[in-house]
Amino acid sequence: MMEPAAYLLLSGILFGIGVVGVVARKNALIILMSVEIMLNGVNVAFIAVGSHLGDVTGSVFAFMVMTVAAAEAAVGLAILIAIYRLKETIDITELNVLKW
Amino acid sequence: MTGPADLIFYFVAALTVASAILVATLPNIIYSAVALLFSFAGVAGLYVFVSADFLAATQVLVYVGGILILILFAVFLSNRISTVKISNPVHFNWQAALLCLALFGVLSYTAVSTKFPVKPGLSYQPTTAEIGELLMTRYLLPFEVASVLLLAALIGAALLSRPEGEKERSADMEEPK
Repeated sequence: MMEPAAYLLLSGILFGIGVVGVVARKNALIILMSVEIMLNGVNVAFIAVGSHLGDVTGSVFAFMVMTVAAAEAAVGLAILIAIYRLKETIDITELNVLKW
Repeated sequence: MTGPADLIFYFVAALTVASAILVATLPNIIYSAVALLFSFAGVAGLYVFVSADFLAATQVLVYVGGILILILFAVFLSNRISTVKISNPVHFNWQAALLCLALFGVLSYTAVSTKFPVKPGLSYQPTTAEIGELLMTRYLLPFEVASVLLLAALIGAALLSRPEGEKERSADMEEPK
């Protein structure tokens, strides 16, 4: 068992990589994948601190995060496929109908 | 003090981070999806290290078995694989790097400066029974709300991905001849 700080650093690294993926990439699918990486990073922090304190509440919260991640992936990918059927692209620079 | 357990931890952590970096930077989206598989598996390994056995199994079932397959389906449905231009260009942008570094700086400062209470060594006990008990007593309301959320997401996803128009819809329902 490492120090909790090691797990928190790892979780921060994962979250940062996810942020880069969301901000820098143009493909909506890559953005969804990066969001999943960010959620994974948060889960690592929850579970590491929870088990360091000897409390399974962290695991329960991580479980809820997983639920939301699954729902987000299902609905997000359905929306992407509907957009692709309509527009033939999922490049976010071309999907600017809602841009003011 | 670097025992074999620590070395394995560093290996799993490096695997997770390296695959996550590949997901965010590889130009070919299918390679990104495969790298995401290794990242998810690495995170499941990390859960084993902190004795969260139930969460490790759930991670493999939900992420590797569910979300990743969904993402691969979406990749294959939304890209013309036969044409050459399945990749999407990567251009380094320094604003993104700056934002990431600033965020990571704040997070790592918080992680390092926080004083955690010192606990006796971790005992690798099964946690599933305890989680189940908490979900059925103290966290019953979040549990039920999560199940309603999943139901709503299920119906919404099925509705959104149906073909448009009445004609296709009736064709969808027809029995194959």
